Amino acid sequence: MNQSSSLMSYPDFSRTVPIDTIGVQERVSRLNSRSIKKESKVQGLKLALSMIDHTTLEGKDSEGKVIQLCRKAITPYAPMPDLPSVAAVCVYPNMVGTAKKTVAGTSVRVASVATAFPSGMAQLQTKLDDVKYAVDEGADEIDMVISRGQFLRGNFTYVFDEIGAVKEACGNAHLKVILETGELETLANVRKASDLAMHAGADFIKTSTGKIQPAATQPVTLVMLEAIRDYYRETGRMVGMKPAGGIRKAKEALQYLVLVKETLGADWLSNEWFRFGASSLTNDLLMQIVKQETGVYQSSVYFSND
Amino acid sequence: MSTSEKNEAVEPNVTNGSPKPTSPNSDLKHDFASFWEYSSAPESSDKVEIKPSYGHFIDGEFVEPVKGRTFSSINPATEEVLTEISEATSEDVDKAVKAARTAYNKRWSTLPAKERGKYIFRIARMIQERSRDLAITESMDGGKPIRESRDVDVPLAAAYFFYYAGWADKLDFAFPGRKAKSIGVCGQIIPWNFPLLMLAWKIAPALATGNTVVLKPAETTSITALKFAEICRDSGLPDGVVNIVTGAGQTGTAIVNHNDIDKIAFTGSTKVGKIIQKSVAGTDKKFTLELGGKGANIVFEDASINQAVEGIINAIFFNQGHVCCAGSRLLVQEGIADELTRKLKERMETLIVGDPLDKNTDIGAINSKAQYERISDYIEIGKAEGADMYQPSNGIPDGGYFCRPTLFTGVSQSNRIVQEEIFGPVLTIQTFRTPSEAIEKANNTPYGLSSGIWTDRGSKIFNIGSHMDSGVVWANTFNKFDPTSPFGGYKESGVGREGGLHGLYPYVNLV
Repeated sequence: MNQSSSLMSYPDFSRTVPIDTIGVQERVSRLNSRSIKKESKVQGLKLALSMIDHTTLEGKDSEGKVIQLCRKAITPYAPMPDLPSVAAVCVYPNMVGTAKKTVAGTSVRVASVATAFPSGMAQLQTKLDDVKYAVDEGADEIDMVISRGQFLRGNFTYVFDEIGAVKEACGNAHLKVILETGELETLANVRKASDLAMHAGADFIKTSTGKIQPAATQPVTLVMLEAIRDYYRETGRMVGMKPAGGIRKAKEALQYLVLVKETLGADWLSNEWFRFGASSLTNDLLMQIVKQETGVYQSSVYFSND
Repeated sequence: MSTSEKNEAVEPNVTNGSPKPTSPNSDLKHDFASFWEYSSAPESSDKVEIKPSYGHFIDGEFVEPVKGRTFSSINPATEEVLTEISEATSEDVDKAVKAARTAYNKRWSTLPAKERGKYIFRIARMIQERSRDLAITESMDGGKPIRESRDVDVPLAAAYFFYYAGWADKLDFAFPGRKAKSIGVCGQIIPWNFPLLMLAWKIAPALATGNTVVLKPAETTSITALKFAEICRDSGLPDGVVNIVTGAGQTGTAIVNHNDIDKIAFTGSTKVGKIIQKSVAGTDKKFTLELGGKGANIVFEDASINQAVEGIINAIFFNQGHVCCAGSRLLVQEGIADELTRKLKERMETLIVGDPLDKNTDIGAINSKAQYERISDYIEIGKAEGADMYQPSNGIPDGGYFCRPTLFTGVSQSNRIVQEEIFGPVLTIQTFRTPSEAIEKANNTPYGLSSGIWTDRGSKIFNIGSHMDSGVVWANTFNKFDPTSPFGGYKESGVGREGGLHGLYPYVNLV
């Protein structure tokens, strides 16, 4: 705790690097031209599966729905019991207790969105209570949202202090900070918000809530990965990355893994440091894995939705 | 929050060249290799037909060389012989020029411009149709990665034909108030770095303006030119409009000195360019020369550094550095020099050097043994000059002509590796303190083909760009080509412009 608190210092924005959007897009399209075939494809698909935060964030969520989600997370595809479980389930705070009970004794962790997700439009104390409730219910990870309104009007210290307060409220739970990049709009803002979140103590930085379009994109993810790389160089502390929302296809997941591999390297290629926030991605990965093993595509009806 | 506080946070740092505080973690390394290696993903060459031998393409058909001399074309990645190429003597060149002259007089210059355009459009479409075959052939014969021949060389070659096809019947609008007349027979000599693309740069404007052509590809990379000859034949282009003769320097000399050629277009080394210029002096031949370069890539401290790193990589390692307009001299403002160099080295660790046909290869094979030896010599010269060399740790294939991407720091303007064109994957890094020092260093070279400027400020781009003695100035990017944009050199980098409207001038007489 001592070490991490000493790292929490307001970032020096005078050293924030400018971002060239066209350059970022070109880098992404060059990385997309990597051809992932044969063994590397199978390995990548299984790796991606193990990195999923299997998510349900609906107003209509019930205990029954969450229990099904957890079971799918533990055993994504029963005919292939050797496949890894996904990394975590991601639910609302009032579902954490149910989720925690269902995944007990497995490697699957429970992540909870908090801080008046998805808008974050609430008083700080309300947000902190939300976080404390989720942690008390047993959440291993907290996915908070930043106050985008404050960020966009230039009140960076507010955002910094808020993240710091949430981090403190998390205790031992890991903190993922959602920047909601679809509302920040520019890559320069994404970079600045990433720097703020990491300096304020984020264990992960995350693109989106999934409730705003566009959600995760590869250019945004690349800028965030580069921010992580520069922060690591500056402080020696590794920070994780979670693109969330809109990633549905296995092919896209592999493209994201290529971004990670060629920006941060092999050390980040595990679910300790990289996650996908997704729900329908799981089944597309499974279909591709089965295709690689059997040589034929299966109909989607062979895969359980929940 | 007050406005002044906000601005303070938004404005980028201006340190006037003084070094920023260095990080305590400068020894931290990213591990790019130990996990999740990409499996090989080679493009299949099974369906690509390369004949065991090729003759010259003269008057619409492939003919044996008069004296029967041939030489082998080698795959530089495997050192295997791909095919036997005919060597043209002055007799062959004479036949080709005669065919071109007859075609010019009887078939091509008299054809309505609209009809000329149709043939060129058809050629462009056939390049697209055969793009896979051409890309694989280009990579096998020249060593360049399939990613580049597939995504750059072949599509751009088609784009140049499409672009100039459009001009064929609009020449009256290109030169308002004047009439453009074709010249006659053009002798064209092209290099080995972009074989098909350089052919397109030469042949497309020549045909569009109503001229006929005798073209010689470089001796190490003749095959795509001969496949282009097949396209000309299959497109129904009138016989003799395009003639392709193969061979080395002597063949080129025969073309340059032929009495019945009206215009010479050459792309290649400055040394040969000077010889050509001497040869055509005192004749009425028109000529354009596109020669060597030693492009300066200038990075200011307010640049988008992560994107600049990528641009520097593209500037020097594109096509193994076999690019006349490569950004082979990196000039970095002192305040960010350490950080940029470190990031560049880190990025170089992820470059994949290997089989040109593998879709994941970033850097392919050096084009020929001779060029490989030349680059190796320069690397030794750099070390002997006292520069610090850096090469990434990634492996290179055992056989074939492969060269690791190479970086030299601690170099001086007076070093040979800074002054002379290496034409390989070798980058030198120098630092500067002020904009005027950057301009002075950038222009302190006999060449003047290309330069690059990296800064977040638009005003700086225009200010510095207007001081660059180079034909191309790229801003926040590098090695971008487009048929609509003229290309050419200052000083010893050449005479004349190719591409765009300007590229029509060398192929017409205005009356």
